[in-house]
Amino acid sequence: MFSETAITRRKQWTERVACLVLGAMALLMVVPLVLILAHLVYKAWPFLSWDFLIRVPANGMRGGGIWSPLLGTIYLVLLSLAVAAPVGILAAIYLNEYARDNWFTRLIHLAVVNLAGVPSIVHALFGLGAFVIFAGIGRSILAASLTLAIMTLPVIIASTKEALSAVPPAFREACWNVGATRWQTIRHVVLPNSISGILTGVILQVSRAAGETAPVMFTGAVFYKAIAENDLFAYGLLDQCMALSMHLFTISTQVPDVPDALPYGTAVVLVGVVLVVNATAIALRAFLRSRKRW
Amino acid sequence: MNRRPFEVLGERLIELVITICGISAIVFVFSIFYFVFREGAAFFFHGFKPGEFLASVEWYPTSQSHVRYGALALIAGTFSVTVLAMAIAVPFGLGAAIFVSEFCPRRMKETLKILIEMLAAIPSVVWGFIGLTIMNSLIIRVFDAPIGLTVLNGGLILAMMSVPIIVSIGEDALKAVPDTYREAAMALGATRWQVTYRVLLPAARNGLLAAVLLGVGRAVGETMAVLMATGHAVRIPASLLDPVRTLTATIAAELGEAAVHSDHYQVLFIIGILLFVITFVINLLADLIVKGIRKNS
Amino acid sequence: MVTGIPKLSIRDLHVSYSGAEAIRGMSMDIPPHKIMAIIGPAHSGKSTLLRVINRTIELVPGARVRGTVLLDGEDIRTMRNVYALRRRVGMVSPLPVGLPLTIYDNVAFAPRMAGVRKGTDLDAIVERCLRQAALWDEVKDRLYTLGTKLSGGQQQRLTIARALSHDPDVLCLDEFSIAIDPVTTSRIEDVLRELRSKITIIVVTNLVLQARRLADRTAFMLNGELVEIGGTEEIFSETPKDRRTHDYVHGVFG
Repeated sequence: MFSETAITRRKQWTERVACLVLGAMALLMVVPLVLILAHLVYKAWPFLSWDFLIRVPANGMRGGGIWSPLLGTIYLVLLSLAVAAPVGILAAIYLNEYARDNWFTRLIHLAVVNLAGVPSIVHALFGLGAFVIFAGIGRSILAASLTLAIMTLPVIIASTKEALSAVPPAFREACWNVGATRWQTIRHVVLPNSISGILTGVILQVSRAAGETAPVMFTGAVFYKAIAENDLFAYGLLDQCMALSMHLFTISTQVPDVPDALPYGTAVVLVGVVLVVNATAIALRAFLRSRKRW
Repeated sequence: MNRRPFEVLGERLIELVITICGISAIVFVFSIFYFVFREGAAFFFHGFKPGEFLASVEWYPTSQSHVRYGALALIAGTFSVTVLAMAIAVPFGLGAAIFVSEFCPRRMKETLKILIEMLAAIPSVVWGFIGLTIMNSLIIRVFDAPIGLTVLNGGLILAMMSVPIIVSIGEDALKAVPDTYREAAMALGATRWQVTYRVLLPAARNGLLAAVLLGVGRAVGETMAVLMATGHAVRIPASLLDPVRTLTATIAAELGEAAVHSDHYQVLFIIGILLFVITFVINLLADLIVKGIRKNS
Repeated sequence: MVTGIPKLSIRDLHVSYSGAEAIRGMSMDIPPHKIMAIIGPAHSGKSTLLRVINRTIELVPGARVRGTVLLDGEDIRTMRNVYALRRRVGMVSPLPVGLPLTIYDNVAFAPRMAGVRKGTDLDAIVERCLRQAALWDEVKDRLYTLGTKLSGGQQQRLTIARALSHDPDVLCLDEFSIAIDPVTTSRIEDVLRELRSKITIIVVTNLVLQARRLADRTAFMLNGELVEIGGTEEIFSETPKDRRTHDYVHGVFG
């Protein structure tokens, strides 16, 4: 074999150092996350219980549970999904199946990327100006959901487009050759084979919508609203609601003398919801990837 | 064989609906600009002083006697927190991207990528809460400082929020470099680090730059985390341990109290337009840079 | 000599892809109920011609078509319903493609898209087409398994079954045998001979000998032009009308 020279040894040494340093950098970004989450759970422990989830806030929000914010978040998420999913999926279908390779399509791509990059507070201002004031809906779940829908649209468009482009062109050509229309091809062959990517996008949208504060703060979420405890339909479309994300903000900055564990508990629930939803997306992706149909 | 008499018409209609959804993104971006500008337009054209806005640190929107809208301190706030965040996030993010892409053993790779995805999923209000509580006490203890809600706090939190986007797009940029480059370099006897340093980084330079730009965009636009972590002082920071206010936090903090359609209210919308323009330019640049690669490759 | 009304009539056809000419001023008649072979080296425009006939050329960005193509005397380019046209022209592409559906659904796909709903109708069509494509015996017990799991030769026959499922008058095959084994090729050639009496068949092929085996008439295309067309015997003889035909057929170039 080749014998080691000084140059080889120094090369290998640099290689090892580089690997260690880069690995340390990667871990340094990730380890604090784990530590922080552990700390959150530790501080929240006294408050975490089933009761915490299903009781409404009490005692000027210094006690009780988080049912009203939780229900409000569920409403906001479902409603925004109901708007964002169809529009986003159809938009991705347009981009991948119908759009030609010209400047106009480039413009659309640019718009999607920009939509994703708009600061959340600007989305809030837009929601306020467009839905609350201009459209006259007023501060409500409807206005907040529409704002969230537009904000999370790029997530669905990106995931769906990726899934659609993974379907080989040969399938589409085979369908066109037998007289199927473009839409028939999409509906019967392309879409069913893109479901995993679409579902991933949907799940990511849910996770984003559940966690956002600024867009709902001025368009429909409120400081406090009393609702009945066991009613799943306690909020109306034009009502204002509490939201989990905003609740965390409120009790950690606006309400004095809150027992420590309460905001920690709210934070844990919020993070828990988001992480569980994301984990589902990842697991779903892996599962569906293993069930390839071609 | 044709039992669908409205085939052609039906197909045209569906195509119309799909096309409308397709151009919706453009419509929404324009709408955002239009409606935000609309709310601030009246004051913008009658009474707004751009010179004072951009150059004065005197931000007294609620003064009884002498209302001033000098946003320089707010701009400095955004700038300082963003620069600090990038100073941390860029080297760590790029380092992590290189590690995941080139050095990481196969089994660790999936776990690491999942962890980074989880990092990205954490809502900004939770990050703000972390800044408010954990970072706060940490900074007070370590630096023996009077308060912990400072530029440093916001910068650290923003860094952790921006890293995932830098890692994910940076990794894409490195993956886009064809394997033939790596194979050729290795055939000449280069180690992985040499391949990375001398071949991959130059080749992926544009994509990595785009990743950094998008990270900057994220940091500039962040609202809740900086609202909760940087304090409330409207002044140009003299050190990392000074509290500041960013543009985004100002809107979030003051919008609730400003009377609808008052001057104060409208100035906040004008700040919104400023933020929109800044992030628009950053995204446009990033897109042009990425397109530049595609044209040259 | 060609008698009667041609099934397909092509007049002065010009096709270009983003400026690059693929077919330059071609005119040709294709008689009904015969097998017409179109031979020629790569890039002679043969595949483009098939794409013009079923108007899938319109789905290629940058493609420009000038000229007339008549199917049973009717100009295909002015037909309102392009999908109905594509159902009258069956197309088999070079690479076998099984749709990611069950074998049954693969063959039932076209009739379903055309509006056939009744289960019994679809069953009948599926069986008839799979039999015609010489695939029925091999798959009749596993009609509900995925079409993509079949072998290459089986998938090509499945494609033929799909092409027959919408009852076409014309069947076009574009180099159908390049990705499959000789035994399957031979079986498919038998299938084509059987179908000839009911359908007009156009076989585009690079394999000169295949044309000789199969075709009643042969056309030779070179660089986007129709060099010569005539009875197969004549084309393959020692004295075709054009010197280039003789050279190509006898392997001097190609």
